[in-house]
Amino acid sequence: MMPASFDIAYALDGFFAAFFVLFSVGIVVARQMRGALFLFVLHALALTASAIVLAIALDSPHLGWVALITFSTKAIAVPLVLRWAAGRKLHERREVDHVLTITFSLLIAAVLALIAWVTIEPLVQAIPGRPFAAINLPTGLIAIFFGAFTVTVRREAMVQLMGLLVMESGAFFASISIVNDLSVIAEISAAVDVPIAAMVIGLLIRNINRVAGSTRVGHMADLKEHN
Amino acid sequence: MLVLILVIPAVVALLTLASRRLAPWLTLAGMLIGLGLAIVNALRVAHGGIIHGAYGTLSLDPLGALYLLVVAFVGVTAALYGIGYLTARMAELTEDDPPPRYRQYFPLFNLFLLSIMAVPLASNLAVIWIAIELTTVFSAFLVAYDDGRQALEAAWKYVALTSMGAMIALLGVLILYYGINHQGQPITWQGLQQAAPHLPAAVLLIPFVLWLIGFGAKTGLVPLHTWLPDAHSQAPASVCAVLSGVEVSAALYMLLRIYPALVANPGIVNPEIWYLVAGLITVATSAFLLLQVHDYKRLFAYSTIEHMGIILAACGLGAGGHQLGTVYQLFAHAFTKSFCFYAAGLATLVFGTQKIAAVGGLLGRAPVVGWALLLGAIAIAGAPPFALFISEFEILRTGFAAGQYAATGVLTTLIVLAFVAIVYQAGRIVFGEPVVADGYQPPPLPKTSMVALAIAFVPVLVFGFYLPPPLMSLVHQAALILGGPT
Repeated sequence: MMPASFDIAYALDGFFAAFFVLFSVGIVVARQMRGALFLFVLHALALTASAIVLAIALDSPHLGWVALITFSTKAIAVPLVLRWAAGRKLHERREVDHVLTITFSLLIAAVLALIAWVTIEPLVQAIPGRPFAAINLPTGLIAIFFGAFTVTVRREAMVQLMGLLVMESGAFFASISIVNDLSVIAEISAAVDVPIAAMVIGLLIRNINRVAGSTRVGHMADLKEHN
Repeated sequence: MLVLILVIPAVVALLTLASRRLAPWLTLAGMLIGLGLAIVNALRVAHGGIIHGAYGTLSLDPLGALYLLVVAFVGVTAALYGIGYLTARMAELTEDDPPPRYRQYFPLFNLFLLSIMAVPLASNLAVIWIAIELTTVFSAFLVAYDDGRQALEAAWKYVALTSMGAMIALLGVLILYYGINHQGQPITWQGLQQAAPHLPAAVLLIPFVLWLIGFGAKTGLVPLHTWLPDAHSQAPASVCAVLSGVEVSAALYMLLRIYPALVANPGIVNPEIWYLVAGLITVATSAFLLLQVHDYKRLFAYSTIEHMGIILAACGLGAGGHQLGTVYQLFAHAFTKSFCFYAAGLATLVFGTQKIAAVGGLLGRAPVVGWALLLGAIAIAGAPPFALFISEFEILRTGFAAGQYAATGVLTTLIVLAFVAIVYQAGRIVFGEPVVADGYQPPPLPKTSMVALAIAFVPVLVFGFYLPPPLMSLVHQAALILGGPT
């Protein structure tokens, strides 16, 4: 690749990485479920876009497949599963329960981003010859931290499931910059695994809604040591 | 032939959808064939080393063969136990209780076992991660079998925490993928071991830390253990046996297998410290929780957390001599813990409750179950002449022999504390005047479950003083994979 073309690819990857982080933060603090789902789709599109940029820049057909698989599973199939799992709850105009205030959540998210950046830095230094790693590795780990944070502080099953999927996308966002030749069997398995996991967890959410009358899992606290 | 071990439960899962009446027996037949195949392949591995199948996508080495054996054995006893136990539980239901997921149980049980068996069989590290992730996916509704509010709460906690862990571990897998591939090695355990000395320390250490957190959640390491007692208090005993006996060890298996690679890397100083600290914190927390537990299925769940901690701490002890004890502990924990849950499940049928304070006199009310629970508790606590005594003794012996007096002394104290707690709690259940709850009519104890209990007890007792030579050879070869002495 020509240096000028590489610079463009590098800038584009940074652009999509910024949006990837932004949409992750959005899911952490989204007030309504429909908004969180919309951000989740955008999040998947940012991952797809980064994979396309890297596929072209690194001349890697494997990353092309990763982009296609990501788009078809995370931007289309999984959101459909999430819509089905949420049912009518998706359209309820109620606040999604937070353990923390949004301001405090944002503050912690900023600290988590910093920790992720510092944690992954030795790895970035240890792998020369992978230029996109400097963008994708920290971005991916930040998304993993944000996803885990979403699962921890949101008391709504649907948003917690999105948090899990954000973590999975974060792992792939990081890895496409260093692993651009995942074996076919691993690619196919990963493509099948994500929708299956989303489907089963979605089914669990529907059952929680049926039995508990809500998907607010924060309200389910019957199981304690002294009961 | 290796592929058959995975094909059979997949086929049986489909067949169980067709016939509700035959589903329990089809499951048992499938598990028996699986055990037969596991034994045949373990013998091949014991005599000839690593074997491959399905064009290299599957492989089995001594550590994998040993783990596969216990998975297959627990699969058979759990399938047999479940036949009568689930029927007896349904007979107890009142009109107000939601119908349990009996029809879904058998396909999911087969797929759950399939995914666990894929962990030691798959060659590719990414595929192994997928298998571990699928163990959660297929067992979520087994934990939620009762379909009540509490069962669903337990299932949700289980899914949320362990999936969160799996996603963290995924990044570790993919970084290792890069590292191994960069060294021109296949993405397998053997490839990792070959590549390890040449990798930059960060390429190995960061994935390990991600695994310790990620797979640690699935293993039940403190502070990520909270799902484990809840899931075990709600799931049927046959599911608890598999969850506790072999599923949590699937994630621990990953942490054990990366250990020799960490040791082989010159840039990583004292990797055993990570294992020792995580292990000791886990054992200490569980030992104190065991003292104040109020539910006897939770008691055995905390004991599982303790055992996972012991195995992890064992990696940090003994300066290279711990592996025999570590491998034997992993092996002995599987069948001993499944036996404990079988006894606990039958005790629930006898009493109609799991609350320790509300029960007593089990020896008087159901002597066989009472003795099973008492012996199971003594065995799982690590008393002689049972198998876990051998492994715990070996772990502590190598720790003291290596001069790690402080850490080994702390571990010994915690093991003794846990021993006292488990035996004390078991004593409250089995001794005293028989307690009869008002209006509760216990169902007759199911025969298949009693047979499963008897079969499960055989290795608990026998392997404490005798191990057949091929199995002994397999244990030594497995320890060698972890870098231990022959």
